[in-house]
Amino acid sequence: MSEKPEKERIDLVEKIIENIAERYNEPRKALILTLQKIQNSLGYLPRWSLELVSNHLKMPLSTIYGVATFYHQFNLKPPGRNIIQLCMGTACHIRGNSENYAFLLNLLNIDPGENTSKDGLFTVLKVRCLGCCSLAPVVKVNDDIYGKVDFSTIRRIISKYRLATRELHVVSRETR
Amino acid sequence: MDKCCNRCTHSAENPCRNYIKCRVNGPLCHEDEDCKKKRQQRISELENGKGGIRISIGMGSCGLAVGAREVYRSVEEEVKIRGLEATIVSVGCMGLCYAEPLVEIRKRGLPSAIYSKVAPEAVGEILDRYLSGDVSNAFALRERKGDAKGVLNVPLLEEVDFYKYQVKWVTRNCGIVNPESIEEYVAHGGYLGLSRALELSPSDVIEEVKKSGLRGRGGAGFPTWLKWDICRKAEGEPKYVICNADEGDPGAFMNRMLAEADPHRVLEGLIIAAYAIGASHGYIFVRAEKPLMADRLEKAVIEARRYGLLGENILDSHMNFDVEVVRSAGAFVCGEETAMLAAIEGRRAMPRQRPPYPATHGLFGKPTIINNVETLAHVATIMADGWEKFAKYGTERSKGTKVFCLTGCVMRTGAAEVPIGTTIRDLVFKIGGGVREGRKLKAVQIGGPSGGCLPESMMDLPIDYESLTAAGAIMGSGGLVVIDDGNCIVDVARFFTTFTMAESCGKCLPCRVGSKILYDTLTRIIEGNGVEEDLDTLENVGRFIAKTSLCALGQTAPNPVLSTLRYFRGEYEVHIKEKMCPAKICRKLVSYTIDKNICIGCGLCAKQCPSEAIVKDADGKYSIDSDKCIRCGQCFILCPRSAVVKG
Repeated sequence: MSEKPEKERIDLVEKIIENIAERYNEPRKALILTLQKIQNSLGYLPRWSLELVSNHLKMPLSTIYGVATFYHQFNLKPPGRNIIQLCMGTACHIRGNSENYAFLLNLLNIDPGENTSKDGLFTVLKVRCLGCCSLAPVVKVNDDIYGKVDFSTIRRIISKYRLATRELHVVSRETR
Repeated sequence: MDKCCNRCTHSAENPCRNYIKCRVNGPLCHEDEDCKKKRQQRISELENGKGGIRISIGMGSCGLAVGAREVYRSVEEEVKIRGLEATIVSVGCMGLCYAEPLVEIRKRGLPSAIYSKVAPEAVGEILDRYLSGDVSNAFALRERKGDAKGVLNVPLLEEVDFYKYQVKWVTRNCGIVNPESIEEYVAHGGYLGLSRALELSPSDVIEEVKKSGLRGRGGAGFPTWLKWDICRKAEGEPKYVICNADEGDPGAFMNRMLAEADPHRVLEGLIIAAYAIGASHGYIFVRAEKPLMADRLEKAVIEARRYGLLGENILDSHMNFDVEVVRSAGAFVCGEETAMLAAIEGRRAMPRQRPPYPATHGLFGKPTIINNVETLAHVATIMADGWEKFAKYGTERSKGTKVFCLTGCVMRTGAAEVPIGTTIRDLVFKIGGGVREGRKLKAVQIGGPSGGCLPESMMDLPIDYESLTAAGAIMGSGGLVVIDDGNCIVDVARFFTTFTMAESCGKCLPCRVGSKILYDTLTRIIEGNGVEEDLDTLENVGRFIAKTSLCALGQTAPNPVLSTLRYFRGEYEVHIKEKMCPAKICRKLVSYTIDKNICIGCGLCAKQCPSEAIVKDADGKYSIDSDKCIRCGQCFILCPRSAVVKG
């Protein structure tokens, strides 16, 4: 069953699909770009958005689902507020990022098989090489890259983002 | 790129054939001393900055990771405080990753000085000392001139060990030009290669590349000219060129470095390739995890279009060509040619049977060439400087230079460009400075997940396509991960298998199921449940995968396992027979104890221990009952004082 989205969000997604369709003769060839843009604005790809794409591009939902699940970039579930990517490249592996990963899951109290903390603040992902191998091990939080990371730097990084997210929360409550 | 006067008529709509040459040596269409002076002044301003001071900060992905953005802000502030007129630019990575963040200051009359590991708080002092004519605290100098204090004591950049053995050919602009300025690229001789290519016939361009002996830098080493020639002669319109910027090998970042630091060189190479084969449309396919590279390339495309280097009738040559930057949605297999085509076509990136090769049946079924970033950058440089200078370097069968990335347990990490045929030992020890003190070099992993691990005894092997393949590794994209004796070779092999297993697209059975069998077998060995037949299983399955997989990714997937079995069989046997991991890496094969001198009795370990093996002793400190311990390693990871010891 698909969740019921708000009208603005439907409009947003339809606009994205139409914009791309205008630019390409064969919009089906731009399927990946379409999904990327939708994810950029919604944060993930809810089922209803894939259904919209399917209707507009006249493609089977199964094909779209096949593409969306093939590539690492796409999330079908809503991610946490902060995305933490741990590089799992060779250099990062031999410099200890596998241990950092285990440490981080433990620190954020994330259950095995899950990747998002229960408070919804953090999603932890393994990625294959961010290309900063000379600074291994590397961790990326949202758009910021941190090099030569160990347990204590991870602790510092997490509390920094926890604080920042909480402040954001307070501000938005006050403005309300 | 201002015009010198109204007599210059070049625009994207009304292009001038001599536009690029004119920018450097102009004006060409009229004689005017003022115009000439204007041009030269502008070039000098680009080089020396406004007001004669130019400060460049290395802001590639690697620099940013160690705080280059804060350094940049600090430079801006300090310059403002001092009321200086200076140009502050962010440049790409110059390969000296171990010394980042890097700041270079250049002022007329003083030698240009490079400062390493710059902290934001140190910027003010560095500026003051430099401007007062004291360079003694610099990391290196570009040139030795003037009588600045310390000018004779600080090494020149080419005297620094990491630089001494390098040949700066394709990376010559990296860290020097502003990657977001087409004007700076042109001032440094950029797009002269394209200018020259357009004066030749397409087949002469292919001939020039043939003479240079350039082979694909993406891994397989296929002669670039041959690919082009096949595609040029293939029937079907339109034809496509694709720049493969889907650099996914862990341990390799030379493409990222090139495209971030000097994106126009890559684009220039792509335009030349399009001219040679007669393509009207091109794509640059960029890896999802390297967004800065995509941004820089996108900006380069927009700038080039603005000055008529892309679009219709490029430089009045009747060539029409445009480029689109495509961002991958992330899948390692996209680096394989036919998988990349599927991704650009909007499908799941699964490789298909070859032949037919993309050169005849490529994108949308049309003739297509796919060249790697570094290959294209080489093409631009070869066309500008001539094939002779390129072919001077390298070996009989592998010409030119190659950028290698040194990472892992090596003193100086970074990217180094050396002639092909340099030995692994020279790269790791002379350039990289060897392994950390007290450690011993164990192996060098070359060529990413498709490559192999070579032991210390093979260090004198020259790095070229043929030698490495014979040794069971491949040149690949050129990543060298140095592994010291603190690492377990079985664990490294399993790491790569995890990688290929996760990245297998699942289309063909040998790769999909085979990599899982390798993984399970290696896991058994690592966890102390290995039996002697496991080694045969690894070898047999490995060979089967190599022989029967559909694409190159599958065919090379067992390389890390097969090469480590070939050179480090003893270590596998110790794991199986003695249930021991000599490097103490494999968690299940080590024992854990708590050092009571360090333990502070916080109890974090005991709280977390899943088997209740950690108990509080009478002295308030903790100890581990090794009979109950399941060797999960959680306590080792958790202990805030690192009191848990592996034995």
